[in-house]
Amino acid sequence: MSKFTFPESIKSRPVYGTLAMRDGPAHLLVADGHGAEAILDVATPIMMTKAHIIYLPKGEKFANRLRSLNPISFYSGPSYSAATSRLVKVLSDAKMGLQVYLAGTEGLIGQAQNAAMEAGIPHNAIQTEHRGSIARRMQCVHCKGITEDVEIDPFICEHCGLSLFVRDHYSRRLAAYQGVCIDAEDPGNIPKSKGIYE
Amino acid sequence: MTIQFNDETFRDDYSFFNSERAIKRFPFPFHEDSYMYSVNMEQHRGGPVDSIYEKRFDVDEHYVAEMRDRALVLADDPLRCQSLPHMTLAGWDLLELIMVTKSEDYPDLFKLHRDGNKWRWVNKPLGIDDKFVFLDETTLPYGPMEYITRQAQGDFCVLDQRDDNLWMDAGMVTTQADWSLDFDIGMNFFEWHAPVPLAHEKGIFVRALKFLLNIQQGAPARRLNWTMTVNPLLDTSPENYHKWGIQKTTLTPKNIGAKQHLRVELQTFFRLPRSNGLVFPIRCYLCSFQDIMTVPKWGRRLHRVIRDLPEELATYKGFIDNRPMMLEYLKNFDDGLPTSLGIWPEIDTEPKLQK
Repeated sequence: MSKFTFPESIKSRPVYGTLAMRDGPAHLLVADGHGAEAILDVATPIMMTKAHIIYLPKGEKFANRLRSLNPISFYSGPSYSAATSRLVKVLSDAKMGLQVYLAGTEGLIGQAQNAAMEAGIPHNAIQTEHRGSIARRMQCVHCKGITEDVEIDPFICEHCGLSLFVRDHYSRRLAAYQGVCIDAEDPGNIPKSKGIYE
Repeated sequence: MTIQFNDETFRDDYSFFNSERAIKRFPFPFHEDSYMYSVNMEQHRGGPVDSIYEKRFDVDEHYVAEMRDRALVLADDPLRCQSLPHMTLAGWDLLELIMVTKSEDYPDLFKLHRDGNKWRWVNKPLGIDDKFVFLDETTLPYGPMEYITRQAQGDFCVLDQRDDNLWMDAGMVTTQADWSLDFDIGMNFFEWHAPVPLAHEKGIFVRALKFLLNIQQGAPARRLNWTMTVNPLLDTSPENYHKWGIQKTTLTPKNIGAKQHLRVELQTFFRLPRSNGLVFPIRCYLCSFQDIMTVPKWGRRLHRVIRDLPEELATYKGFIDNRPMMLEYLKNFDDGLPTSLGIWPEIDTEPKLQK
């Protein structure tokens, strides 16, 4: 799958790179969906002798190929939420020098980056590569509820039901972009939704 | 001078008002007839007698009512006050700075008695008389930052300094111009300013950060910023935007003079001694158009500034839709005469309106 080039944006918006192998005593690779392809690209037999892969297929069929890389530990799970306790355990058990690689959707990258930061790894020491869906994880600034996998702008907050426009302002701590009521000054006047980058 | 505290509200019936004294000392933010972003930073070393620059933390007639409004905001949304775990020491620094400063600058209103770490704080306007142990959180009803900023006008951002950057790691934010502490907490200087248009390209934030990183203890700095608010609403938060945004549409040519307020922020910057953090108080002053128009110089100038402001800025500041109505009103107070440089009203020397 070809990589999406995000348009230039404001300084709080994350920028993603391309995963590259870095020397370290251990490697933690976390991916969802097409993020598997970034792992397949970066993986080497030597790296895999010290690697732990956490993968969320989200309907994609890469799990077997990842497993056949023969990492020390491989996990394929149904959701980020389901994988969280495992991820946190791996991070808290980690020794100095652990290399962290995150690939896939912005929501997965953001949440896993946040977990790594909580474990004391500086955000700029974590490698990220965007692959697959361009959907965003959105926080409603009004009710604070998170809506996952938002592909359209405006969208309806799944918690409070307000129609929100999609901002580029991003919080690493929340691993989410900000959604703000679009019709506050003209109630009911909600433009037709379109794709975020259309 | 003795301050008469107003019994007033910043919501619902909006009984907020400025006395004649408050209008004269309003921090009109335009020193010339046009406006563009700049690093308009200067030392915060006092100013003309009775001006808002005179004291380190200005206390005015709105003090008691503003603190009442803050308590209401916090009861409704406790996330307006947050402090990341490593910021507690900076909170104590801030508590000390405000208590020491206010008791020195307003001895008839605030008193601080210190016996080693045993402190007694008396805040007469709010009827507070508390004893506590400095640096011992268990002896205060709130964390140190929250305790003292429930007693100090203006929002407070407490910034951590590391990696040659400033980090928004704590704050009390209930009177903000449409930004969310809960969303921005933990961001660095460039990230929390990311949504501001034009200023990044002009290098404003790079220069401002360089200046701020070098602020020394005992040498605070200040600048003014501004925006527009319909009704004297302090809590123009994004959290409540779906509730207050509609108020922007209630302006009419008849009520605009009373309803439209120029909202000015006095931003000051103090180095904190133990934590090496930086505290960034953002004090909000509101003044209705009709009150501003009682100062001829300000009337002339406000018309020219709003008329010539770049569209991006009027959009960012949220009044692009109301700008034509504002200009219709303001032009009545602009007779084309020149204005003197500087922000001060100069009522005695500037000519009266020639219309």
